Amino acid sequence: MGNKEQLYHDIGIVSFVLTELSLYLDTHPTDRNAIEYFNHYNRIRHQMIKEFSMKYFPLTLDLAESNKEWRWGDAPLPWEGVCA
Amino acid sequence: MWNYEKRLQFPVNIKEPNAKLAQVIISQFGGPDGELAASMRYLSQRYAMPYREVAGLLTDIGTEELAHMEMVSAIVHQLTRNLSMEEIEKSGFATYYVDHTIGVWPTAAAGIPFNACEFQVKGDPITDLTEDLAAEQKARSTYENILRLIKEPDVCEPIKFLREREVVHFQRFGEANREDCSKSKHTQYNH
Repeated sequence: MGNKEQLYHDIGIVSFVLTELSLYLDTHPTDRNAIEYFNHYNRIRHQMIKEFSMKYFPLTLDLAESNKEWRWGDAPLPWEGVCA
Repeated sequence: MWNYEKRLQFPVNIKEPNAKLAQVIISQFGGPDGELAASMRYLSQRYAMPYREVAGLLTDIGTEELAHMEMVSAIVHQLTRNLSMEEIEKSGFATYYVDHTIGVWPTAAAGIPFNACEFQVKGDPITDLTEDLAAEQKARSTYENILRLIKEPDVCEPIKFLREREVVHFQRFGEANREDCSKSKHTQYNH
């Protein structure tokens, strides 16, 4: 796995942790340990998707700022099964 | 309002096309217990849900179901791209192919098109949450039936992930349906 694939893979893992924590917190809104986990991994995820979007292709529209060419439309589509 | 992220919730990388598997798995896109019905069920039930935290859970699970719909569609797409005409004819895929080529269209495995009657929005919080609990179990059973029908590891892995999510959603809906979660915090708002 190259750096690009590794980072993409890790973003999937951290994002899943956050999805799972968000559903748990929806029904356990006062669990402070879970809130701390959420805050911690949320910061890490922000850094990772920012780094990935700058180096390779934008994962979200708010990370798609471009210069000469519009980068958002150029990115591979997730169902192609290329970078995962 | 939604934002799109250009990745699947769990990776789908299928090497060999296989129209037989695609015809079974497409049921979890447009079938009676599929992800299209799941996402529309929860996202539509939110408006009459009088408890803000339960409406929030419906939003978050409904949003995850949209990501599951994309995963199932990706599986079907990867199983049907690069098929030869011979494979299409031999696998029984011709009856789908004639109407949709290799586009991904919401249908049950037996050919019944997607229908909104596959889910319910009753406008009663207990009725809707009880439907949601049943829906998660029906989807789990369907994924287990799919796992009995297929052996290919690159197809099984994402299907196993989707099956596990049904179990987690069932747990969360059960918690939302309990008095201590949905009724004690006085966040009921006026319609």
